[in-house]
Amino acid sequence: MRRLLWPVVVLALLLVLNVFFTHGFFSIQVRDGHLYGSLIDILRFGAPLILVSLGMTLVIATGGIDLSVGSVVAISGALACLQISEDASVFTAVAVALGLCLVLGAWNGFLVAGVGIQPIIATLILMVGGRGLAQLITDGQIITVNSPAYKLIGGGYWLTVPFGILIVIAVLAITAFLTRRLALGMLIESVGGNAEASRLAGIRSRGIIIMVYAFAALCAGVAGLMISSNVSSADGNNAGLWIELDAILAVVIGGTSLSGGRFSLGGTVLGALIIQTLTTTIYSIGVPPETTLLFKALVVTAVCLIQSPSFREKVFRRRGRAAPSSPAAEEKVRITA
Amino acid sequence: MTTLTMGRASVPAKYLPVLVTGCLFLAMFVVGGIRYEGFASGQVILNVFIDNAFLLVVAVGMTFVILTGGIDLSVGSVVALSTMISASLMKGPGWPPYLVIPLVLVIGAGLGLIMGYIVHAFDIQPFIVTLAGMFLARGLCYTIGTDSIPIEDPTFTAFAQARIDLFADMWISPSVIVAVVVVLVAAYVLHYTRLGRAVYATGGSEQSALLMGLPVGRTKIAVYTISGFCSALGGVLLSFYMLSGYGLHAVGMELDAIAAVVIGGTLLTGGSGFLFGTVLGVLVLGLIQTIISFEGTLSSWWTKIFIGMLLFVFILLQRLFSARSRR
Repeated sequence: MRRLLWPVVVLALLLVLNVFFTHGFFSIQVRDGHLYGSLIDILRFGAPLILVSLGMTLVIATGGIDLSVGSVVAISGALACLQISEDASVFTAVAVALGLCLVLGAWNGFLVAGVGIQPIIATLILMVGGRGLAQLITDGQIITVNSPAYKLIGGGYWLTVPFGILIVIAVLAITAFLTRRLALGMLIESVGGNAEASRLAGIRSRGIIIMVYAFAALCAGVAGLMISSNVSSADGNNAGLWIELDAILAVVIGGTSLSGGRFSLGGTVLGALIIQTLTTTIYSIGVPPETTLLFKALVVTAVCLIQSPSFREKVFRRRGRAAPSSPAAEEKVRITA
Repeated sequence: MTTLTMGRASVPAKYLPVLVTGCLFLAMFVVGGIRYEGFASGQVILNVFIDNAFLLVVAVGMTFVILTGGIDLSVGSVVALSTMISASLMKGPGWPPYLVIPLVLVIGAGLGLIMGYIVHAFDIQPFIVTLAGMFLARGLCYTIGTDSIPIEDPTFTAFAQARIDLFADMWISPSVIVAVVVVLVAAYVLHYTRLGRAVYATGGSEQSALLMGLPVGRTKIAVYTISGFCSALGGVLLSFYMLSGYGLHAVGMELDAIAAVVIGGTLLTGGSGFLFGTVLGVLVLGLIQTIISFEGTLSSWWTKIFIGMLLFVFILLQRLFSARSRR
């Protein structure tokens, strides 16, 4: 997969950079029957972002975008914690929270595919309203719960591996199977390439669009459960705030185009890991908190520049020939062709 | 061109989204007037302008970018950066406003220029480039300072408190005049200059525009520069309004600006839309805020849910009306 070469290089560079600042960065130990190590931490804390990004990948592949995932993260955590604090079983709480997320996602999909509202605005409605809903559920407070079973989702271990990582692997495997072994992935790509043409070709694009938004919300819901379970509390105000931007960034770093069409699940996982590693790096090399955003901006720009074919052309091979006439236009032609 | 016959007058289909938005805005105002006492007055509309002058200016810049099919997520952060730079330069070294304001405008336009250049030259998606720009500008704010810096410069405060009286006890602030001038100039540029033509053509089909020999690259760089300039100007207006510079000013304003542009009937795919629609979009968002303040007793989360619901109802009606007449 040549497309994934540059994300892998960037991730490797970031990881190597950490070795100079953190002693024993690459060592992984088993302590008390649990896996420990910086790399495991990156995976563990990156798990929610990977999940949200996976859902976002499919939405972006259909040519849409989902701004509401951050609010869904907050709603799912808030609802689950509220249920548990009212003595519901953990299973019920999780089921109810994820059920609501599915409904919210289907609502997004209905607005986009049924009513025909532009995705960015359709999901903006839930982004604003959903944040209010999460605060309404928690009554503007932070709900704390004390439930070992709930703690397992985001903070627990199973067979020495953090449970969150297992969830991510499971979701990734299921998604990869559904989209790469069945025709579903191709249908999604065709809807993203041209929704109207796909409909005329007999693909039920409306159903597919509603499905991917529901899937994105479900992923966000699971991520919300992880985040709130890891700290055993739900914060309607701040949980998942701006996670949609990181998720979109992860998808794009992974090589999926925002204009829809082809997508790469592996690239998205790499993208999310790059962002999480970046966050870890910022802490480990001691960038002062005021300048973390600057650092992030620089790395993001560098990553995107390195991935841009025309940038590599201009910088690495100075052969003095004319720059290709706007590759963006060429790409459009390729999709429609 | 398809036309829609409404009674005897016929309206070209391209004006329809703007027209629907305008009618819905009027309907909202009438409903508000019936529901709340003291709502139906000219000053309420003028207050919407006064409270949203900076958003209007920012949304004008955003309209240019969206018309070319791009998007600019950095505007909110550039607004915050502008308030921060003005406040810190006037407080610390004591620079006079007539030096600070041009400097801020140049910085904003410069940031836009850089982003536009990266979008064009390296063919990276605008969403990501401006997202990086958003992080950069916000990061610069925090690097300057993490606390709110008050503005005490006499010229600034005088300008901030100035009232321009209109007829019948109604008044506006000087910021409104700045915003209106920006809107008029932008409308002129979009509809009566070569740049405006190139903006619409690039958004309609980039490849066709290229084949027609239009300067697509220059146009793209120009729209991001305009957007950066407008954001900086919006930041200056916001510092008049707030009389402080703060890294957390205008968080999420990019979404307000995008929402205003889209509510005004502009397509995010580019090439279709009007500046007047954007003005209406800003007014709609402002009127929603006004209705909430007239409602009075809402808690902060009910406010958000209410904004979401109003936005939904508005978009739904707009969509229904424009879809029905297109058939």
